[in-house]
Amino acid sequence: MTVDVLLFAAYAEVLGRERLSLVMPASTTAGDVLRAVLELAGERPLPPSPLLAVNERYAPSGQALLPGDLVAIIPPVAGG
Amino acid sequence: MSRRRLLHGPLDAQRAIAAVSQPDRGAVALFVGVVRDHDGGRVVAALEYTAYEPMAERELAEILDAARARFDVAVEAEHRLGRLLVGDAAVVVAAAHSHRAPAFDACRWVIDELKGRVPIWKRQEFLDGEPEWVHPGSERQDERAGPETARSMPASVRTRAEAGTVPKRDRQISSS
Repeated sequence: MTVDVLLFAAYAEVLGRERLSLVMPASTTAGDVLRAVLELAGERPLPPSPLLAVNERYAPSGQALLPGDLVAIIPPVAGG
Repeated sequence: MSRRRLLHGPLDAQRAIAAVSQPDRGAVALFVGVVRDHDGGRVVAALEYTAYEPMAERELAEILDAARARFDVAVEAEHRLGRLLVGDAAVVVAAAHSHRAPAFDACRWVIDELKGRVPIWKRQEFLDGEPEWVHPGSERQDERAGPETARSMPASVRTRAEAGTVPKRDRQISSS
């Protein structure tokens, strides 16, 4: 299935875009999507330990994705 | 959710105070976070704030709801996005109660929660070099901030992580 992924801050800068569409196996988790994004980044350094959001809510990396789910990679936040 | 709290223009502390003021609330605590001119020994010229806006709006609304329930206060907050200069207000929190202790406590709790879990990021522009994203916990920033900040997560996110709704930051995944 196709999974849309939002990237922010250093992740968007390193990957050169703010949105990706990844073709993933039918049974896929949010953590699988993160691993695929990190593979795309290759050796380029990224902030460690991002959180994940599915459909605008924080989600565990083991959360199974459904078709149409929107995944966001949330690197350590720095508001305020 | 109707009220927007992430704003692309200047913040107004007076507006936040007015939003929480009532005749029976004799104490209003106000926090204003302002762009400072230095970070880690370098001179900061400007900050660029970005956000995952729909999620950030919802997270901030939930924090404010939780603060109202926890401290029995009236509370509001706004965060500015876009490019800010030194001295500009980036965030405003106002909390009101009939007495000062809950007002101070709620104000501090809200800004701590906001900094810990609302998906907002900032890119610092320095006078002496390339701009860089601020990501607390990343290696370079750990050296500046001290080792104890490396694994810090806000209590609410940690609690939700333990309950299985939010993952703990997974070092294994991110370093592979």
